[in-house]
Amino acid sequence: MLELGLFYTSATVALVATVFAVTRYNVAHALIYLIISLLASAVIFYLVGAPFAAILEILIYAGAIMVLFVFVIMMLNLGSPGDGVEHQWLQPGMWIFPSILCLVLLAEIVYMLSSGDRMLQGKMIGPKQVGIDLFGPYVLAVEIASMLLLAGLVGAYHLGRKYLIDAREES
Amino acid sequence: MEELVIYLVIIATLLGAFGGAGVLVWFERRLLGFWQDRPGPNRVGPFGIGLAVADIIKLFAKDDWIPPFADRFIFTFAPTAVVMAMLMGFAVVPYSKELYVTDLNIGLLFFLGMTSLAVYSVLLGGLSSNNKYALFGGLRAAAQMVSYEVFMGLSLMGVVMLSGSFSLVDIVNTQAENVWFIISQPLGFFVFLIAGIAESHRLPFDLPEAEHEIVAGFHTEYSSMKFGMFMLGEYLGLILISSMIATIFFGGWLGPDFLPAPFWFLGKTFAFICFFILLRAGIPRPRYDQLMSFGWKVMLPLTLVNLLVTGAVVLWM
Repeated sequence: MLELGLFYTSATVALVATVFAVTRYNVAHALIYLIISLLASAVIFYLVGAPFAAILEILIYAGAIMVLFVFVIMMLNLGSPGDGVEHQWLQPGMWIFPSILCLVLLAEIVYMLSSGDRMLQGKMIGPKQVGIDLFGPYVLAVEIASMLLLAGLVGAYHLGRKYLIDAREES
Repeated sequence: MEELVIYLVIIATLLGAFGGAGVLVWFERRLLGFWQDRPGPNRVGPFGIGLAVADIIKLFAKDDWIPPFADRFIFTFAPTAVVMAMLMGFAVVPYSKELYVTDLNIGLLFFLGMTSLAVYSVLLGGLSSNNKYALFGGLRAAAQMVSYEVFMGLSLMGVVMLSGSFSLVDIVNTQAENVWFIISQPLGFFVFLIAGIAESHRLPFDLPEAEHEIVAGFHTEYSSMKFGMFMLGEYLGLILISSMIATIFFGGWLGPDFLPAPFWFLGKTFAFICFFILLRAGIPRPRYDQLMSFGWKVMLPLTLVNLLVTGAVVLWM
């Protein structure tokens, strides 16, 4: 019963945060809502017995990819002071809502940590099982994903290299 | 009974972490003084230990100013994020065989996740200050911490392979049966140590706040207790990284029987805190591009080699 309550709370947080992430005019605000949404879905993953997926959601999406997004925002937005976007930032009211959502999540996580493993269903899939599955029945998917990443890496290397050559020719 | 112990451990952890961070303010300067051949703070109370209290009172009493051009909410929220994330990280640290807040089967990943969320503090602090030096600091922090996170995680995978679990309790138990991981994973330790310093952005890797170049970096606009929170977060990060090194590579609570287990853990953690302060006293700050190229061109290949060799050995055994 309690697990269901936790599930619906974090699901609501995730949904509301995602809606806000879509509807905000300001990119930075939208990003913050997206981060909250990701954290909420991590809680849901944990609740349904997939702690590994939950922590990957935090580690990779919230902790790395969104940081890069914020990084790009930092490079773009602050360049033009006085435009309407920046003006909107200064409204303190914008930030009350995400903080409330975040606090709800924090309270939930603290509660979960303090009361041991709480699962919606009895079955829990640990990190070991995920690993065995990934390199067992799903090995093809892993290989395809790794090839995709390799292609991205080669592409990035190529782009960087071309830039270097150009820079050398100019100088 | 069981729950009572957990609550007691939580309270002890909070008090220990906050108290430790407070005392470290004094302890670090005192130790730096010894190592750099000068007295250090020695006026307030015996050995100057009253300085910790004096500093905290000073921070609370200072004018808490929010710049009118800053984004008020993020500006206020940013310092709390690092403290929250670091304190959450302490949840998976085991103090002895029975004393821990929680033994997650993803403990190690949980720790990595919390340190990666701590980046937001520096990032949002830099972004919301609306100040170019703060922005520089935030940008540096983002690039530095995202890069070093990569091999911080990868360097621990050798340990995970050998112990077959992400749970920190299991990792220490494996070390009780075999040797400490410092012996079987020296390369992993080396990389984790350096990545740990970069993650907690302390000297010599404190480029996000490098005061010679960009005023005070991401916390240029911060004053009073908001600045204090950043400092608290930094010291909490230092304690957390030290306790992680002690747990993962130096056998955590393991040690001869004449002292109880938690004391061994605390002793090892303390030794690493001192080591981090010694690094601060002894090593100059690298240039930013040197930091990045060192990370990607030296640390990453080293980690991958370590991973490859460990994997091969595990398969061969």
